Amino acid sequence: MSPSRRTLISTAVAALTLSAVVILPAQAQGLPKLKVGLMLPYTGTYAALGNAIENGFRLHVTEQGGKLGGREVEYVKVDDESDPSKATDNVNKLVKRDNVDVLIGSVHSGVAMAMAKVARDTGTILIVPNAGADAVTGPMCAPNIFRSSFSNWQPGYAMGEVVAKKGHKKVVTITWKYAAGDESVKGFKESFEKGGGTVVKELSLPFPNVEFQALLTEIAAAKPDAVYTFFAGGGAVKFVKDYAAAGLKKSIPLYASGFLTDGTLDAQGADANGLFTALHYADSLNTPRDNAFRLAYAKTYKLQPDVYAVQGYDAAQMLGIGMAAVKGDISKKSEFSAAVEKAKIDSPRGAFTLSKSHNPVQDFYLRQVGDKENKLVSIASKALADPARGCKM
Amino acid sequence: MDFTTFLIQCLNALQYGLLLFLVASGLTLIFGIMGVINLAHGSFYMIGAYMAYALAPIVGSTFGGGFFATLVVGLVLAVLLGYVLEWAFFSFLYERDHLQQVLMTYGLILVFEELRSLLVGDDVHGVQPPDFLSGTLPLGELMTYPVYRLFMSGVCLVLALAMYFVFTRTRLGMMIRAGSTNREMVQSLGIDIKFLYRVVFAAGVAIAVFAGMIAAPVSSVYPGMGNTVLIICFVVVVIGGIGSIRGALLAALLIGVVDTFGKVLLPQASGVLVYVLMALILLWKPDGLFKAG
Amino acid sequence: MKSSKFLFVVAAFLVLAVWPLMAGQYGVDLVAKIMVFAIFALSLELLVGSTGLVCFGQAAFFGIGAYATVLLTPQDGAPSLLWLLPACVLLAALYALVVGALSLRTKGVYFIMVTLAFAQMAYYVVHDTPLGGGTDGIYLTSKPVLGTLLDLDKPQAFYGFTLACLAGVFVFLTLLLRSRFGRALAGIRVNEQRMRATGFSTYPYKLAAFVISGGIAGLAGFLFAVKDGFVNPELISWHLSGEVLIMIILGGLGHLRGALIGAFAFALLQEFFKSEAIFGEFAKHWHLGLGLSIIACVALLPRGLVGVPGQVAARLSGRPSGARGTAAEEASNE
Repeated sequence: MSPSRRTLISTAVAALTLSAVVILPAQAQGLPKLKVGLMLPYTGTYAALGNAIENGFRLHVTEQGGKLGGREVEYVKVDDESDPSKATDNVNKLVKRDNVDVLIGSVHSGVAMAMAKVARDTGTILIVPNAGADAVTGPMCAPNIFRSSFSNWQPGYAMGEVVAKKGHKKVVTITWKYAAGDESVKGFKESFEKGGGTVVKELSLPFPNVEFQALLTEIAAAKPDAVYTFFAGGGAVKFVKDYAAAGLKKSIPLYASGFLTDGTLDAQGADANGLFTALHYADSLNTPRDNAFRLAYAKTYKLQPDVYAVQGYDAAQMLGIGMAAVKGDISKKSEFSAAVEKAKIDSPRGAFTLSKSHNPVQDFYLRQVGDKENKLVSIASKALADPARGCKM
Repeated sequence: MDFTTFLIQCLNALQYGLLLFLVASGLTLIFGIMGVINLAHGSFYMIGAYMAYALAPIVGSTFGGGFFATLVVGLVLAVLLGYVLEWAFFSFLYERDHLQQVLMTYGLILVFEELRSLLVGDDVHGVQPPDFLSGTLPLGELMTYPVYRLFMSGVCLVLALAMYFVFTRTRLGMMIRAGSTNREMVQSLGIDIKFLYRVVFAAGVAIAVFAGMIAAPVSSVYPGMGNTVLIICFVVVVIGGIGSIRGALLAALLIGVVDTFGKVLLPQASGVLVYVLMALILLWKPDGLFKAG
Repeated sequence: MKSSKFLFVVAAFLVLAVWPLMAGQYGVDLVAKIMVFAIFALSLELLVGSTGLVCFGQAAFFGIGAYATVLLTPQDGAPSLLWLLPACVLLAALYALVVGALSLRTKGVYFIMVTLAFAQMAYYVVHDTPLGGGTDGIYLTSKPVLGTLLDLDKPQAFYGFTLACLAGVFVFLTLLLRSRFGRALAGIRVNEQRMRATGFSTYPYKLAAFVISGGIAGLAGFLFAVKDGFVNPELISWHLSGEVLIMIILGGLGHLRGALIGAFAFALLQEFFKSEAIFGEFAKHWHLGLGLSIIACVALLPRGLVGVPGQVAARLSGRPSGARGTAAEEASNE
């Protein structure tokens, strides 16, 4: 067959397949399975987080025998690429083409914002297993939107209380100039200044710039009592290493939101040792619930779980609680919401409840890095609730 | 800002600028001398960083070598990769126009990122510098300066000098420069232009990979690291003047200064200052700072 | 050849017109999105394919159109299409005027990078200043209406309106490129020196092309904001500028229908490789398939997808099908 004919035929076949695929939903019809739409980053910078969340979610469902509320769970996955401009189309794919019953996602706050809008417009139940944008349980709150993770404000606020109690008076904050960084610093500033401290300088650099040297020099020049920071992922690894290499670790104590040292300890090595962070999870909680979870996770996935896995696991728990209450009939949205709102979720992080705006009211732990683990030191803030400013529920 | 802080910031600017030059020099070579737009340049940088991470244990167990042994092995692999890529892909692109090169190398970026995800996974990693380079030097009362960054800056300077020397003082450099201005004439003079281009391309890839390896202990290794570096490399090459190594060095240093002092003096605008700089320079000198060579 | 191109375009628009009757909600939404990107691609095609100006900052005009839509919409009621649409298009065109006036001093790769620089400046204004409403994005409070005739909140109405815009832009550009103005642009693309040597002043033509292109991109941005009801700074990122450039190169430069084909091909290729129905677990590595397809396209189809019929015909009749095509093909620029 001549190459041109081959090209023509293959193009025709491709065109037909494409048009079929577009209209074809991801799974065949059949029994009334519970369709769970997972919209997570499977490519790009946050891929590791997306995988961890899915792993945690699936673990809980498997522990329940693959069924929630008596219905077998069927997964439909969409890669959100952490791109907010594609988010609405991706959510619509799940809601309109695949007709999912529940939406789970996402990691990136911009994507979660788009998901929240579609969830509000269509009434689909949405459980956010990570994105901390304050707005999701703030102005965008809704009866059908839940969060199993945190709001950006929470870890910052918890840390602020700790730093104030430790007697530090002058603090410099440093983070990326974007919503997550701003909200985290705001939370810190609120409790720290309430505790009698002052934030003398708020440093920021454009996201995702990771050249910290200039600002580290500024910190040294300002000579504060302590530094509070929020970074995550590759930036967190670089910051911790740069901070230590610049000699600041010995002279100016560093405090951070827990994402600085979560999932990054292997890469950070000895430079992270001794760092204090605040988060709603720690590696050495040593409660029976957490130990069972960690064992099961490690056996199933040959990996250690992290906070993202716990958030995914708890999203599944919340879904399960709601499904049990409506006995599998997900169309009973108000009963579903009522049940989850009142619930006490038995999480590996410790039991938590939900605030009126559906954000976890949970303990925040003060952790210190040692032996490649975030070891629990004490409870930084007990049952901390996000103020849910702007939520009209 | 007191004087000591100012001096330290100058040091920061210099070091960042030199690192930028190291990463961008491969692009100047391939783009400037060969006229091929290679969007996958950031991917080679990423490959270098991941190689530094992934090869270290292998080199350690087979040869018992440390950081420098990993560098050498990585460099050999990089040259091979560049050679094969040129032969398999890029040699078809010389006759095509720039936009087709853009399209093809864009596809390459996607392929490399996904291969990385399949082979090494999506986690963040760190690379330890060798022990004798892990120390720090005191700077003022509170700060210290890592010796490894000084080492990196030294490597950048040596590379810059080497490139300059090869291009302006050797026969090879002369042939390369001639080949970039008039391919057919060089061929008719009996010089194997295909082999020459392959060598230059392999060198360009090798430099990018080498930059990734050298920078890995400082930059850490994470998915998407190639993308952020790509655009800034193009900015360096364009400000400096395409094909000019002197220009790339000067442009890199300029960007280092603007980025460092911009973060400190104008933090609200620091994200855009580099682009404002580029716009201003191009409006003043529409062909970049220096001519090719 | 000309009549077959005309037939192709007419057929394509007919298919698009009857699509809502055949497809479900999702299919309608998907094609509406692709049509918005097709308008975006056409705007860039005017610059790159017809005038030879490779702009790497097109997303700035798109994003300004989108953000203008959200920022100009009042909090209380649905705004009228009659003033909102022209306002957004005008704002985008205004920025294009500024960028064009400054960038056209440079040429070649330098021009590409200067347009990128201006797009990055727009990005940072939206990302880092209060004007943009925050890095996570802002919502559109209500979708525009045309009195009682048209409510863009309804998906069918939106689809129809977008189709009308696409057809309108396509017809407008076709007429523009056939006019004296379009001939001048073609002359500039082929050999600007020669044009200037004959006493022709090329700068106003290039600037005009830039402004028109910016306005059309702003229109696409307006439609995108209305479709999503949500805008965020990533609409101005260089990734989007790169994607739309990829679309038109893939489709084939120098032909308006190339932009259409490229937009559809790029979107459908992504859908294909992301589809769990075909690839199952491997669907999460869809970048690999997409990248390989793009590389294959460059290798096998030097003139883009629009050149497939030409290449097939050439092979079948034994003629060589070169990378550039015949001069006659180039001149009958459609």
